[in-house]
Amino acid sequence: MNISELYQEIILDHAKRPMNRGLLADATITVPAENPSCGDEVTLQLRVAAGRIEEARFTGQGCAICIASASMMTRAIKGLPCDDAATLMRQVRAGAQGGGPMPAGEISALEGVRDFPQRVKCALLPWEALREALTIP
Amino acid sequence: MLLDYADMHALRQLGAEIRDQFPILDQSVCGKPLVYLDNAATTQKPRRVIEALSHFYERDNSNVHRGLHELSNRSTAQYEEARARIARYLGAPSPETIIFTRGTTEGINLVANSWGGRFLGPGDVILLTEMEHHSNILPWQLLAERTGARIEWLPVTGDEGATDPALLREMLARKPKLFAFVHISNSLGVIHPAAEWCALARENGVATLVDAAQSAGHLVVDVAAIGCDFLVFSGHKMCGPTGIGVLYGRQELLEAMPPWQGGGEMISRVGFDHSTFKAPPHRFEAGTPDIAGAIGLGVAAEFLDELGRERIFDHDTALAREARERLAAIPGMRLLGPGTGRAAGLVSFALDGAHAHDVVSLANEEGVALRGGHHCTQPLMRKLGLASSARASFYFYNTPAEVDRLVQTVRQIERFFRG
Repeated sequence: MNISELYQEIILDHAKRPMNRGLLADATITVPAENPSCGDEVTLQLRVAAGRIEEARFTGQGCAICIASASMMTRAIKGLPCDDAATLMRQVRAGAQGGGPMPAGEISALEGVRDFPQRVKCALLPWEALREALTIP
Repeated sequence: MLLDYADMHALRQLGAEIRDQFPILDQSVCGKPLVYLDNAATTQKPRRVIEALSHFYERDNSNVHRGLHELSNRSTAQYEEARARIARYLGAPSPETIIFTRGTTEGINLVANSWGGRFLGPGDVILLTEMEHHSNILPWQLLAERTGARIEWLPVTGDEGATDPALLREMLARKPKLFAFVHISNSLGVIHPAAEWCALARENGVATLVDAAQSAGHLVVDVAAIGCDFLVFSGHKMCGPTGIGVLYGRQELLEAMPPWQGGGEMISRVGFDHSTFKAPPHRFEAGTPDIAGAIGLGVAAEFLDELGRERIFDHDTALAREARERLAAIPGMRLLGPGTGRAAGLVSFALDGAHAHDVVSLANEEGVALRGGHHCTQPLMRKLGLASSARASFYFYNTPAEVDRLVQTVRQIERFFRG
């Protein structure tokens, strides 16, 4: 795969018109995350009640892969029990690093970053924020 | 102001003549001929430098200054000859003012630790510009923490990277202990008037350190003409090997400075309780130095002088102006740096709707090597409201045809993100 193929999939769409971008006024958890080496910054906000993610939004700046990943992630976890979101996070992390299959659905578009080791951390930045938000070691 | 025919011809000629001497340039990346435009990060090496390294290891390798045998004599002679060559390259008064380091970063750390550690105390001020590379910020922050000194910042305004001469005059009149500044900014390509600034500092009794990482291989850098106290640069950004660099220091200052690292080769006499140290430059070169690297750097300096640094500067800046002019026509283009007058041979830009890492990744697919990110100048980028920028930086082996490839590629990327 070359990188423009990776971009041309669903990623570019999400990067141009990200879902769930903006502040969440009644957030119960706010987690900033950054990649110091490239300057990508994503702040994830969740509203969690009774062990379920009711709302998920993000703010920040980053490359197309990072923003698309944040967009797809917030869409995917909205409404999920925290435990399921944690499972999804682990699957995506393994999938991006080549340690297992990427979950089905649009998120599978992120699988291509495996071929670009320098961009794995771009794809995983929002998921790192989620990991911290859910206090998963 | 696009290039006229005569300019184009001269540029093509230098680029073409010289490219044969850089084996690395003759290759394809992602199936396209490599266009290497990341020269501000590191430059490529001419065959002559590569051969100097292998010749040294094949014929002369030995430790310096301590062996009494033939090979040691040879390597010592070549190492010290390289020092003398660098002194000439910089217009330095003597080889004793030239200290070999690992690079710009180590040179600044040496001055901060040795000179700063001895002469700076609580309340003393270190003046820096807001345009400094992290390597000319962090050693001073660490020193400030240790000594109680503090840092003041000469403000940089606007995308063009302007500084206010009247404000600088005012800040120098408040007599900071040191003014350390970047000669050519790696992120914006601004050329600072080093001689003027050093003269102003000297009038106020302020010591100066010039970060010449981006200038030493690109224009005539003459320490006597600049009148600085310290000047640092890296070999690898001027056709030399990685891992070798230079600190020039004014003799009186070097003599007053304590060693910063202890080890072999820098001592006069070592006792169990007390030791005495050699005079500069050896006082500052503890342990076995990068002998091959120093020799390679000497060869690189000779090579650049044969080409002519005025000619190199004219070539790089003409290509950068041409690139800038043509990139400006691309929708959503935000060009950084002064562009004219004080501009070096690089173009930094931000493309609306495309992060610099996206630009660089897609350019790579066209065989074009750019740099993208914060360029180790985070405070400046934050001030300009930029998360990142992309940068094309030129050297004498680049050609007008490569500017065409750059412009085409960026156009294509812009359409990709817009479409």
